[in-house]
Amino acid sequence: MNVIYFLWLREMRRYVRSRVQIAAALGQPLLYLLALGFGMGPVFRSAGRGSYLQFVAPGVIAMTLLFTSVFSGIGILWDRQFGFLRETLVAPVPRVRVLIGRTLGGATVAVLQGLLVVGVSLIAGFRATHASMVPLVLLLMALVAFVFAALGSAIGSVLQDMQGFQLVMNFVVMPLFFLSGALFPLSGLPPVMAVVTRLDPLAYGVDGLRGTLIGATQFGVLLDILVLVTTAAVCLAVGRYLFSRIEV
Amino acid sequence: MLRAVHLTKQFGNLTAVDDVSFEVGKGEIFAFLGPNGAGKTTTIRMLTTMLRPTSGSLEIDGVDPEMDPEEARRKFGIVFQDPSLDGDLTAWENMELHGVFYGLDRRLRNLRGEELLRKFNLWERRSDPVKQFSGGMKRRLEIARSLLHTPPVLFLDEPTLGLDPQTRHKLWSQIQQLRRDEGTTVFLTTHYLDEADQVADRVAIIDHGTVKALGSPLELKAMTGTETLEKAFLSLTGSGIREEGADTGETMRVISRMWSKR
Repeated sequence: MNVIYFLWLREMRRYVRSRVQIAAALGQPLLYLLALGFGMGPVFRSAGRGSYLQFVAPGVIAMTLLFTSVFSGIGILWDRQFGFLRETLVAPVPRVRVLIGRTLGGATVAVLQGLLVVGVSLIAGFRATHASMVPLVLLLMALVAFVFAALGSAIGSVLQDMQGFQLVMNFVVMPLFFLSGALFPLSGLPPVMAVVTRLDPLAYGVDGLRGTLIGATQFGVLLDILVLVTTAAVCLAVGRYLFSRIEV
Repeated sequence: MLRAVHLTKQFGNLTAVDDVSFEVGKGEIFAFLGPNGAGKTTTIRMLTTMLRPTSGSLEIDGVDPEMDPEEARRKFGIVFQDPSLDGDLTAWENMELHGVFYGLDRRLRNLRGEELLRKFNLWERRSDPVKQFSGGMKRRLEIARSLLHTPPVLFLDEPTLGLDPQTRHKLWSQIQQLRRDEGTTVFLTTHYLDEADQVADRVAIIDHGTVKALGSPLELKAMTGTETLEKAFLSLTGSGIREEGADTGETMRVISRMWSKR
């Protein structure tokens, strides 16, 4: 337990010390929220779908969770480059504990960053509809963060260098984001898109957040939670296998 | 304390370490010398549970690293060729994390951590992030950290690479003192042969994966009829230039990756 706690603590320490990165990481969600929230607003409203800001804010929160948690998982690649990974791998500690510690740390960092975006959304004029949903919102945020922190750790275990990182960005992270329905409604899509979006685990995170924050859900919050929990277990199992095979 | 018997490691059809045997006694400073690509790092990686030997056997303080890697890992500290600190954490936090990895309780971590940081002149800088440290300070911190769990054996893979002569000199005197104070067995590799000449009790010269000579620096010099260890080294391994270390390392890494079916 101690090892898991201290590796979690390590991620926390690194997070609170990187104030510049915290601010920098807020730039993108802010842009999506303000530029899209206000820019697309009139079109969305004239299509009879209400406020786009209300619609997109849960998507932007999910996006923040996705990016922050995947990057923190991929941090294994940095540890490899800067050598710290070797220190952890010759330590007399089961590797699965190392993996869980850093995954929990990365997920916590993502939730903190996600809460900052919640705050920004509120300032921008976003209003959640049910105060009683707050615990469920937090649970969903934690689940999304954990799923993608675990996915990031799995990816970070196999990446050897920066080139691979770009590949992952363009072929894993961006598609997960764009196909999740964070920016557009998943109802009434062409059949192929409907299937593809349903295969994207983030779609359930976005849907769950929308369900709990503004009371609009496509799949139902219970199904969202079930899918996220299952995906978390799969990602962790894959991560555990890949992390156990790392050689340095 | 440390024993290798007929140790062999093959990567595909490349034999990196070929039937190497040696024994290092308790409290001994043992230097493992060889040109780039001779098999030094591969040997260290096998001794430190990072790589499985193809054949042959190993023993660290009575433990077989193949049979019980976790127990073997408690028996040694290691300073890698490349840094392995977390630059975003402070010196103290790096020490703390290491202590947790090795199961030391808080009291012991604090006690031993302070003692070592003082010994290596880092105590005043304990709260600074490691990324602000100079190369020499980082190296000292790595050595201090590797000793936190009081390992019977310390592996140093080119510990003085890239350090100025003052720092190197200081580092070696600290390592010799350590051996006096704690009886730590030291297994080191270095390209600075004058350093090995001064600090090592015994030296093994390895080339193309096999041990060419083994003995005290005096014995090796007598054996080759030379006045310095460097000359003895050259007469045993030839003076041809070797492939760059990084290339060989990289080649082996690629081959090993291929063979681990990744």
